[in-house]
Amino acid sequence: MTDPKNAPLLEVEDLHVTFVTPDRTVHAVNGVSFALKRGETLGILGESGSGKSVTLRSILKLHPEHRTRWSGSIRLEGDEVLPMKGSALANLRGNRVSMIFQEPATAFDPVFTIGQQITETIRRHTGKSDADAWKRAKELLELVRIPSPAQRLKAYPHEMSGGMRQRAMIALALSCNPSLLLADEPTTALDATVQIQVLLLIRELQRELDLGVIFVTHDIGVAVEVSDRIGVMYAGKLVELGGVEQMVDAPRHPYTRGLLASTVHGGMRGQRLEAIPGAPPDLSAAPTACSFAPRCKYAEARCLAAPPPLTAATEGHLVRCVGRIDTLAA
Amino acid sequence: MDSVLPVTDRGGPVQPLLLAKGLRKHFPIPGGLLGRTTKVVRAVDDLSLSVAKGETLGVVGESGCGKSTVARLLMRLIRPDKGTMVLDGDPVDEPHGITLNELRRQVQMVFQDSYASLNPRLTIVETLAFAPRAHGLAGAEAKARSRDLLAKVGLDPNNFADRYPHELSGGQRQRVNIARALALRPRLVILDEAVSALDKSVEAQVLNMLVDLKEEFGLTYIFISHDLNVVQYLSDRVMVMYLGKIVEIGAVEAIYGDPQHPYTRALLSARPSMDPRRRTREAPIQGDPPNPIDPPSGCRFRTRCPFAEDVCGKAEPLLTDTGAQEVACHMRIRGSGHTRAP
Repeated sequence: MTDPKNAPLLEVEDLHVTFVTPDRTVHAVNGVSFALKRGETLGILGESGSGKSVTLRSILKLHPEHRTRWSGSIRLEGDEVLPMKGSALANLRGNRVSMIFQEPATAFDPVFTIGQQITETIRRHTGKSDADAWKRAKELLELVRIPSPAQRLKAYPHEMSGGMRQRAMIALALSCNPSLLLADEPTTALDATVQIQVLLLIRELQRELDLGVIFVTHDIGVAVEVSDRIGVMYAGKLVELGGVEQMVDAPRHPYTRGLLASTVHGGMRGQRLEAIPGAPPDLSAAPTACSFAPRCKYAEARCLAAPPPLTAATEGHLVRCVGRIDTLAA
Repeated sequence: MDSVLPVTDRGGPVQPLLLAKGLRKHFPIPGGLLGRTTKVVRAVDDLSLSVAKGETLGVVGESGCGKSTVARLLMRLIRPDKGTMVLDGDPVDEPHGITLNELRRQVQMVFQDSYASLNPRLTIVETLAFAPRAHGLAGAEAKARSRDLLAKVGLDPNNFADRYPHELSGGQRQRVNIARALALRPRLVILDEAVSALDKSVEAQVLNMLVDLKEEFGLTYIFISHDLNVVQYLSDRVMVMYLGKIVEIGAVEAIYGDPQHPYTRALLSARPSMDPRRRTREAPIQGDPPNPIDPPSGCRFRTRCPFAEDVCGKAEPLLTDTGAQEVACHMRIRGSGHTRAP
């Protein structure tokens, strides 16, 4: 028996997600495995279509049941998520796992006040009385540092600024003390001076409440600010996973390196940017080789023979690339 | 036929390509009794700028600061309430000046949303040939020029000319939009968040291409973006806007190396750190940018500024030359009454 304190909060094993419609099939996620400890923040970095959001949403089974095929396993505190249905799923969502989205303006219902929406969730999951739920809602707004919380509970979403709405959404997500918080690009729509405030808030709350957090983003800087570990996704697979310092100091996968090199930062003025040529692959067929090989300057015959496995380059640093790891590291 | 040929330089290299003086745009909000206007959005307020030939002027600021309104005013997609514009010595839309039609030929624009910018019912080559034909070029010649342009933006004309916008990726569509902007051989191209919706690896390809096209066609850019790193990479001069006003403008080295306005400093230090050992500890400023309806009196930044004093609410700071850049802050204006003023 493993000690429950050290047992992983979340284990994802060989997750595949396929969307099937009469016209076409999309292999969005093609074998993702990772584990998350309690109180740990995992950043998932990837470009559009890499499968990062699909992976995240699968943890709550948010995709429409009738055209999504899942395989593999997702275990939350030992409980299998993928077979869940009906009330078991409803109890999972919001209560044990909750999620914040990119656009808080569309995630809230415009015709109810912030207070009504937060208290509804509290009453549904905890059975608290109306008065107790309002008390809890006020505490939550204080927790996310919203000034004059009692007044703000009576505000409609459109009466709040973007940063304030995102804070209110975080309050809503935390209302039932989840152990896992999923964040899908929560700061992408925010202004720069507001983004950093929300990132710092998420980092503080994560520590205060000992939350597990999975933070999906396309912005390397944002991932570096919040993550303990970073996973990089490409064409529905994790191509590299490691501690944030390992990933920034010594990225191993050619795609991760390309992504870091093509991200513009200060001091690159006048230099030619090292763009990754080409575009991500079409996901209508399951991959039979390394998906990055067509864009990779190190590609060789065996890259095309079979999908490469995820192997450990150093302690805790996994890379999905054959053979070249050692030479690349030089 | 002349109108679709490149315009030769008129005033020489020292004359600014574009001068705008005292531009103002307020949007009334109907909503009072009987549809009377009770409030106005002060999107752009008495803004003056000049763009030198061959330079890239970067424009940064947060949502609601008026940067896109400036772009639309310069293109005259919207009419300014006040203000004048001069394009290479010619007043715009005035007697003895150039017409709006001529302005829009010499100034072109690329928008953020690559899909919404293209007509879904036209093939790529039809889209690119549309404006040259409207300006009098013969059909066959316009088509030939379009295919030429496609090759210039890195899309093989044999492969892409007859496709429709939905058959292209976001990066490819934005290349088409850039090609279209160049179809009339403009002198100034306004890029309004033109790479913001692209993935990083594609963004780098398009940025490299923009640098090449500028060189090849002798272009001048106004590059509007919320991404401070990309603006730093591309721009020669940078203009920082806050609630419809310029707060700081100057050479890119000065703005990024020695920012003078507290807002510019906050904006620069709000960038996420790329070093896990030196993460951001504290947000540089609190709160959101205020609503541009009823902006604060005096200095519009004072409600979020850690150095605000009485004078900041009373008088509006004017752009003042500090040597390397121009700054609109009482702390930099001699004798302004601010305790930190020189």
